[in-house]
Amino acid sequence: MKRLLIIFAFGTIAALAAGLWITRPLSVDVAQVASLSGSAEDGEWVFHLGACASCHATPGGDKTVLAGGREFTTGFGTFVAPNISSSRDHGIGTWSQADFFNALRQGTSLNGTHYFPAFPYASYARMSDTDIANLWAYMATLPASDRPSEPHRLTFPFNLRATVGVWKALYLRTAFVGPGGDTERGRYLVEAIGHCGECHTPRTVLGGLQNNRWMAGAPDPSGKGKVPGITPAQLDWSEADIAYYLETGFTPDFDSAGGGMVAVIEGTSLLAPEDRAAIAAYVKALPPAQ
Amino acid sequence: MKLFLVLTLSAIVATATSVVAGGHEGNPAVKARQAHMNLYQHNLNILGNMARGNVDYDAAAAQAAADNLVALTTLSQAGYWVPGTTNAELGDETRLLPAVFEADSKARQIGGELVEAVAALAAVAGTGSEAVGSALGPVGASCTACHRAYRVSNN
Repeated sequence: MKRLLIIFAFGTIAALAAGLWITRPLSVDVAQVASLSGSAEDGEWVFHLGACASCHATPGGDKTVLAGGREFTTGFGTFVAPNISSSRDHGIGTWSQADFFNALRQGTSLNGTHYFPAFPYASYARMSDTDIANLWAYMATLPASDRPSEPHRLTFPFNLRATVGVWKALYLRTAFVGPGGDTERGRYLVEAIGHCGECHTPRTVLGGLQNNRWMAGAPDPSGKGKVPGITPAQLDWSEADIAYYLETGFTPDFDSAGGGMVAVIEGTSLLAPEDRAAIAAYVKALPPAQ
Repeated sequence: MKLFLVLTLSAIVATATSVVAGGHEGNPAVKARQAHMNLYQHNLNILGNMARGNVDYDAAAAQAAADNLVALTTLSQAGYWVPGTTNAELGDETRLLPAVFEADSKARQIGGELVEAVAALAAVAGTGSEAVGSALGPVGASCTACHRAYRVSNN
């Protein structure tokens, strides 16, 4: 009996260790990304479409100072956006380009731990090498802030970063979800940089996106109101209507955008018109979902 | 017999309740706010559809719509933007968030920006659809500034 218990205990430990190993934080191939040389100029639109400032700029502060501090209250606890300015002490000023790739593609931090997926790396993982390198170059030109990052306030067991390894095994997929072909450019802008699915797609109880209900709408992350579905089952706007909304914030009947969508439109209003048109074409091509 | 009585009484109560609910007029402040917003929207529709090229540009109609917007911004709205009539107290009847009445509310400042943006729009509304399109930008920016912070999100 005692022997059985010992075997059981060792078995449990071994299974746990194997589980932790399988779900360990992964890193990108440094050799593959180290030689990339991004263009800050070409990274600016990526920064705007990615709406980095909407989470990482201090509320009420300058949009180019990514000092952090905005709080996000969720069912898992409160996340506090960290300082990702170019500060060497409090931001990401000491990072290498490979570290930045690890964050966006693998959700892995500088010290090799998992990031919580409140940071939408599951979308950014689809970004091209070029766009990540350009964004990295652009962000290096932004001002430093010495505002210290604050810890998240999460409930057990979600405060254990190791649990994110399981989440990643379940939900971190780089395959695109929506239609490609003629709408490939729009799909890339929406599903990778724009990370639109993070709010417009409902989630499972474990916080993963329900890809079979892609863009079908979800409760607003703020807890008040909702994020509407944007598939043809919910939205009957024309392509021109969608592009105009992303440019001006006006709906076809001249109501205005509100809530979290305002920050999105601050970014999309700065895109090239053909990119707004590409997003609109993709949205119209989405399969209806409920 | 007793069951019959209970069922009959229940039916009467249910009917009476629905009659009362049907006759419910809604909060007057909410109705006034929504009417005000509808008038903004109606006039923006005229201008926006010309700017987008959905309808032919008509200088007189554009000017009239812009002048209406100016008039709307000059009305006193103090009677219907009142604490106690937000989504927190009235639920789904209104999308107004209580933050609008808090000490750090930017609503008054944004309202001031709207007055300026609408005046600038009226100054050029008669000169062509492109000018209307450009002047609608700052108007839309003040709409979204308020809707971002003080309206329950659904878009």
